[in-house]
Parts: sequence; C-alpha cells; structure tokens
Amino acid sequence: MNTKEKYDLADIAVEHALKSGAEQVSVTIYDNRSTSIEIRDQKTDSLQESNRNGLSIDIYTEKKYSSHSTNRLKKEDLFHFIEEAIAATRFLAEDEFRSLPDPSLLYKGGGSSLEIFDDEVDALEINTKMSLAEKVVDEAFGKDNRILSVSGSYSDNISESVMVTSNGFRGDSRRTGLSLYAEVSVQSETGRPNAYWYESDLFFKRLVKNGIGEKALERALGKINPKKILSGKYNVVIENRVAGNLLSPVYDSLTGSNLYNKQSFLIGKEGKPIASPLMTITDDPFIKSLSGSRLYDDEGLAAVKRPIIEKGVLRNYYIDNYYGKKLGMNPTSGTSSNIVMEPGTRGSDEMIKSMKKGVFITGFIGGNCNGSTGDFSYGIEGFYIEDGKVIHPVNEMNIAGNMNNFWFGLSEVGNDFTGNGSVQIPSLMITNAELSGI
Amino acid sequence: MNYNRREFIKISGITAAGTMIIPPFLNSCTGVKLSDNAGSYLGHFEVTTDVLQKVIAAAMDKGADYADLYFEHTINNTSALEDGKVNSAYSNVAYGVGIRAVKGDQTGYAYSEDLSAEAMLRAARTAASIADSSPAGNSVNISEYMAPGYYSVKTSWEDTSIKDKIPYMQRMNDKIFEADNRVSKANVYLMDTSSYILFYNSEGLLTWDYRPMVVIAGICIMEENGRIENFYVTRSSRMGSEFLTNELVDEMSAEVVARTAKLFSASRPKTGEMEVVMGAGQSGILLHEAMGHAFEADFNRKNQSIFSDRMGKKIAEDFVTIVDDGTIPGNRGSLNFDDEGIPTEKTILVKDGVLTSYLHDRISAAYYKVRPTGNGRRQSFRHIPMPRMRSTYMENGPHRKEEIIASVKNGIYVDYFSNGEVNIGQGDFTFFVKFGYMIENGKLTTPIKDINVIGNGPQALADIVMVADDLAIDNGGGTCGKNGQSAPVTMGMPTVKIRKLTVG
Repeated sequence: MNTKEKYDLADIAVEHALKSGAEQVSVTIYDNRSTSIEIRDQKTDSLQESNRNGLSIDIYTEKKYSSHSTNRLKKEDLFHFIEEAIAATRFLAEDEFRSLPDPSLLYKGGGSSLEIFDDEVDALEINTKMSLAEKVVDEAFGKDNRILSVSGSYSDNISESVMVTSNGFRGDSRRTGLSLYAEVSVQSETGRPNAYWYESDLFFKRLVKNGIGEKALERALGKINPKKILSGKYNVVIENRVAGNLLSPVYDSLTGSNLYNKQSFLIGKEGKPIASPLMTITDDPFIKSLSGSRLYDDEGLAAVKRPIIEKGVLRNYYIDNYYGKKLGMNPTSGTSSNIVMEPGTRGSDEMIKSMKKGVFITGFIGGNCNGSTGDFSYGIEGFYIEDGKVIHPVNEMNIAGNMNNFWFGLSEVGNDFTGNGSVQIPSLMITNAELSGI
Repeated sequence: MNYNRREFIKISGITAAGTMIIPPFLNSCTGVKLSDNAGSYLGHFEVTTDVLQKVIAAAMDKGADYADLYFEHTINNTSALEDGKVNSAYSNVAYGVGIRAVKGDQTGYAYSEDLSAEAMLRAARTAASIADSSPAGNSVNISEYMAPGYYSVKTSWEDTSIKDKIPYMQRMNDKIFEADNRVSKANVYLMDTSSYILFYNSEGLLTWDYRPMVVIAGICIMEENGRIENFYVTRSSRMGSEFLTNELVDEMSAEVVARTAKLFSASRPKTGEMEVVMGAGQSGILLHEAMGHAFEADFNRKNQSIFSDRMGKKIAEDFVTIVDDGTIPGNRGSLNFDDEGIPTEKTILVKDGVLTSYLHDRISAAYYKVRPTGNGRRQSFRHIPMPRMRSTYMENGPHRKEEIIASVKNGIYVDYFSNGEVNIGQGDFTFFVKFGYMIENGKLTTPIKDINVIGNGPQALADIVMVADDLAIDNGGGTCGKNGQSAPVTMGMPTVKIRKLTVG
C-alpha cells in the first residue's frame, strides 16, 4: 500500500465506524518491511523477509472505549470487524474521560522534515546486505584460538503509517532503520563468555560498517575469568550504551498511567529535586535523524520539546490524553521521543582513570524495580578498577538501592554519546552505589 | 477440539474480532481424501491440498532438504478493569502463513498475510533462496496426523461475550477491596486467545490444532501511613471460558491482598552470598534460567552454551531429576504438537543428576542425530521456530520442607518472583524476588521483597543440596523471551535448598 492507498483505507474505516454507531474514532494503517540475515561461522544461518500490514482502530461510543487491530484488510472482513468491535464496546462500563484529544492539541501539518527516512534502504540488493553481515563475522572469525562461535547479522526495517481521526487529524510518517550486530563466544576455564557489539542508523550511508566483529571479540576476551568482589559501597561508572537502562524505572514512573495507578515513586514530585543538579534531560522530538524524532505522537498530539529534568528538578511528566483528563493535568504525550541528557566534558575512559577504586559497569542482567516504592536491584557485569586501571572483570553481582535517592549520587555526566537511537545518554558516574557480591 | 463451521458469528462481544466469513468448503483438486477436521481447517484458511503441495514444491525448488507451512489465525482479547469497572477492551487478529525452507542447519523464512496462491508462492520462493542447487523432485504425499488432546474446551473464548467475563473481573475487584481497608487501587486484566493452526510439510505431514489460552491478573495497591505497596498474582491455562469461576477469583483476591499486606513489614535482607531455600511452585524459575535455556540445543549446537560439552555427565546430586513437559493437560506450556508438527512429550533433561537430553527442534535434532523432542516453538507465523521450553520442573526428592528450612542458620526463603534472565555462555543467571522471608536459626522470620538473586547455572545446579517431596507446578502467566520472540511457559519445583547464591 502506498500512502494514498493507506489514507483511502483509513478514510473508509473511519466512515464505516461512524456509520455503524461510533461517535469518535481514530484509525492507523501501517506497514512494515524488513530483512534480517544471520551469518554464523562464515555460513548463512538464516535469511528472513517480512512484510507486515495492519489496521488499528480506537472506538469511542456512549462514553465507552475499546481498541482493536487486525491484519485482515479486505473490505468485507474489515467492515465486519469494525461492526463487531463497536457492538462489543457497548458492553463496557461508561468512562467519562474517554474521548479523542482536544483538536487544539493535534498536529496540524506543516512540520519540517526530520530526516528519518532513507530511500536507499528499499533499493538495497540482498547481496549487499549479505556481504555486510559476512564482513562482521570475518572481522572476528579465526582471529583468536579461544573463539568458539562468531555470529553476525544484518537487519533493516522500513515502516510507514497513516493516521486519521474523526475529529480532524490526518498524518503520515515513515522511517527507516538498519543495524549490524556481532556476537562472539570464547573458551575460558570458567565458562564461555560472550559479548556483542552493534551499530545502527537510520541511513545506509551513515551506518558504521567496520569494527563490529572486532569490537565484539575484544569485549568477549576481556570477560574471561571474572570474579566477584566484596559487597559494599563503590563508585561506579556506567558505560554509555547501557546507562539508559538504569534510568528506565524513572521513565516508567513518569507516565500518567503509573502515576494514576500509584505504581510510581514520583507522584507529587513535579518542581522538586529528584536527582543531582548534574542531571538535565530534555525530551526533544525535533533533532534531525534520531530514531525517536517525530512531528506527532501515537494519539496525534503535536510534538513539543520539553524539559523533563532540569538540574535535578523534575519538570514534566509523560501524560497522555486519557490520564491527563483523569489526573486533571495537561497532556504532554504519553510516550517519550528522544531522551537527551546534557553532557559533561569527558568520556568513560577518562572517568575511569580518575577512579581510585570502583567498578566500570558494562552490562546488566535481570533485576527489577518496584514502581511504587523505587526499590531496585539489577545484576551487573563489568570491571573492577583500582587507581584508574582495570584489575579484572566482575560478574555475578548486583547494584541495588532506591531510585528516590540513587540519582542524587550522580557525580559526573560524560560527553560520549553514541549512535542515533532515541536514548542519548552518555556514560555516568555514581558515587557510593551499593553493590552486592561475596 | 474439532473446529465446527459456523454459519455466522453472533454478536458476542469482544470475541467479535475473531469472526470470519467461512468460505464454501473447498475441495482438493488432487482427489486426496481428507478427514472432516482437516477439511474444515483447509476451509478456514481458504486453501486446498493442491495449493499446499505447490507452495511446498516452490519452497523446495532450490534444493532445500525440508520445508514447512505454518498457517495461523489468532484472536486475542484483553479486557481491563480500573476504578472498579471494566472500562476498556482490546483485541487483535493475526492471520497468515509462515513458510520455511531448511538446508542442513540453514533456514530461509518468509511469511505472507495474504493466503492467495500467488502471494504464498512468492513467499515460498524467498524462503527457498537459502539453498542454491536444484530440487530433489520428490512428490509430496499427504498423511494426516490427529493430535492428542492436551487441552479441552467446553466453551470457546470466541463464544464467550465480554458480558460474561465482566462479573468475574468485577468480583475480583470487590473481593480485593473488601478484604482490607488499606486497599486504595485494584486492577484486573483478562486476556484470552484462540488460535487455529494448520501445518503441512515436505514430508507430507498434515495436522491442525485449536489452541486456547487465558491469563487473568489481579493487581493490588495498598497505602499505610504514606507508604504504598503493590503486588500482583496471575493464573493461566489452555482452557475455554469454563476457566473462570468464583472460586478462582476468590482464591486470587485473597492471595494478592495477603501478600500486599505483608510487604509493609518487609525489609531488605543483608546482602552477599548465603544459603537460599526456594519454595515449591514458582521457584521453578531457577530451572528455567539457571539451566533450561542453556539446555536449548541451538545454543549448544552453536557452541555458545556453558553446558555444550556436558552431555552424559553428572551435573547434580543423585536426587535431582529435571524435566520439560509439553503434555500436562490444560497447562499454559502444553502443545498437542510443537510449531514444527512434532508431537510434544515429557523430556527428561537431568536424570538422577546426569544430563540426559537437550531441548531440540528439527534442526538441532538432525545435527545431533537424535529424535526431536517437540520443543520447536515460534511466537507466531511471522517467526522462525527454535528450541524453547514448555513446562519445566524438578521431580520430587527425598527431603521434607520443614527439614530443609530447619537446616538453615542464616539465609533466605523465596517463593514469589517477577522475572529472571540468563547469560548462556558464562552461565550467570538472575531471578528477581517479589516476596520471601529471612531464615534465622532454622525459622522463617522477617518478610523480604524486591531483591535480585544472582548465581552461576552449573554451580547452582551442583549446589542443590536438598530437594523436598512437595512438587508444585505454578500456573501463573509466565512468558519467556528469546531472540526477540516470546512463548508461554510454566515452571514447577519442590522446595529445594541451594548451598550458596548472591543475594542483593
């Protein structure tokens, strides 16, 4: 389906829903094409092509709400689907807060290009894709006699969608993405440590195509013979690629749904300090060529650049239309766009060099955070550091604490942003983090 | 269950999404005589045996050793209760066919959401391109396989109106609020799924399945002196709507309230290495994370698992026997046949402490020259199958629960978990404890919560020093993630003691 065909189908669906008894309706038509190739030890392991279509529809009638999706898009199937969905909605309880967003908040068009679509992706030959994945493997395969297995993969993705609502919103968006990934397992006395590395981009030309297998191998070898250290308080540096993971409980606690359902530890914290003054985070939808960039969100709300945390003070929650009404708050958007942290002045290498004794955290394994209380514990792996030098790899340890005070321990923000993903967080240093080991 | 053609679908609430217009019965052109069941599934997907054979031939056209077609029509419904009323509902319909061609251990895969012959042939040619020689040219027969019935359905979810589901959700809400005046919020979710599966492969196997699934979840929030605590419980089964009973709802409500209330007196234990007693039931998460994944034969075939060279070796005490079972009636992890058409079974992974089998799909079984174990599973027709767990549990051992707890001077007892993870190569695994107790001088004392426990798989398995005789299979709504695909699983365990894990 091209964009016009998507608009036509969306219009037909909206019209049929209104005719069949819906009072308000929002329809999204999407398609998603992707290729993925996995090479293992210089042989193709799998080749996958995917072409996915679908329609989703939000129905509002008699103050009742439901949402449905299907990939059966033939007109007669679709009409039947919509009629049944409306009939089903009538069985639900009334909810006075259910209605489409106020039209004044919706995106009205005219936004400038965010440069998130690369025409070249669709034209790439399968052989080009295959040789990129092969190159990833070749960079590591046979390069060390401790290697047990090398996998490399290529994947791309082209997604397009059109959204139409009965109260006047019309929008279409499309984006591309590509990634190359390597995973290497090596032999050691204590196990088969493995490590991965990847590069991703929205544009084929800009995608980093070198050094991926090499980097994965280097990281796997670095993990040989890990040891755990004594439980206690340590200064830690969290590597840029994974630092965002530790912020995800904060992000979960900022959503209207979790605030309303009391599964947030940040209720009533707007305008109050929740982290060290070094932390400033902006939700910025307009940065060109970042994967979270957008002109409108999944409800059609016009994108707005907003401070989330300013010098440690909480400035904004992520409030969608429905929970905005329930909580009596202005909707911002229920979902984040690009999460961008204000950088410091140096990268993880120099931060580590300045550490007397501590741990450089390079990965997390398992763990969770209690949304209501902020208590958390996550498994970690990384390196033990003394006098600015790596002493040995560490594993089988946890980092734990409470999110309400943990981020006050943020003592340095790096400047080493990486990639074009929607989370732009550099390496972070935390003072006196609680680690458990022996 | 047998699929009966329906003339029309009644206005049955959210189940509506599953409705289809049943086409006139389509006969095979090849004169193959089919059972009514096979015929109705072919009719459901509007395909003929003739088309199936052509699509398989196209998938085999470049010299693949094997090819299969996995037709799926899945209808998901979710109803949600918030603020004391069921005020939102969601549904999803997925319809299509996954086409796979296999050459040795190489896989070509494509799917089509359009079940016209042309669209399927196009996808088959894409899948075929994994191989690069000429077809073997064998013609494909059809031999039907009627699967055993590990799940029965009295009233299908498609025939159950949202109107019939609401009272149970409402009752759970009311029971939660009635039980304790500190309750400030309750949420209830009911998710049901009906899947029609039709499978055909280059060996001529034709089979079909109707797979029901339900998960019900209750969340309780309590407040006391400005403190907020939350807890949730889930139950799941492959069953029709007869699953919903007042007894079930009452049991879940009582459980979630009692656990939430106890959290106010819970604290974090001293951290570090200590003895860990894992209570019967959900503690099977230990098996799932510490060894289950590492026993999946794809990781072993690829040399990536820490158990890659341990087959036939003693890896645990004599009283440790671990199985992965796809045949427990009504169990969330059960399947009549896996997603590659292989009948499921009860696979013994560790027998009397010795590693006896990995979990196999077709590719790994061929690689290891063993029988496939019926563990080839996929998230949907859009995904490549791979070895996955079903219901993983440990058989009973010689000890008693009281004896185990009494043997611990300083440790923890844990029996509720939210999630876990494993690193296959290094063997490190974790599980997150939602609830447990400290053990001091052989007695359960202060409640504990929200701690991560981390250990090493082979070491933890060797460190299982006591196993009780109280095996319980947990029927919660566990979902396992692997390589971006999710699969419903369950787990079980008797009470066990592990000599040493890191608690934090």
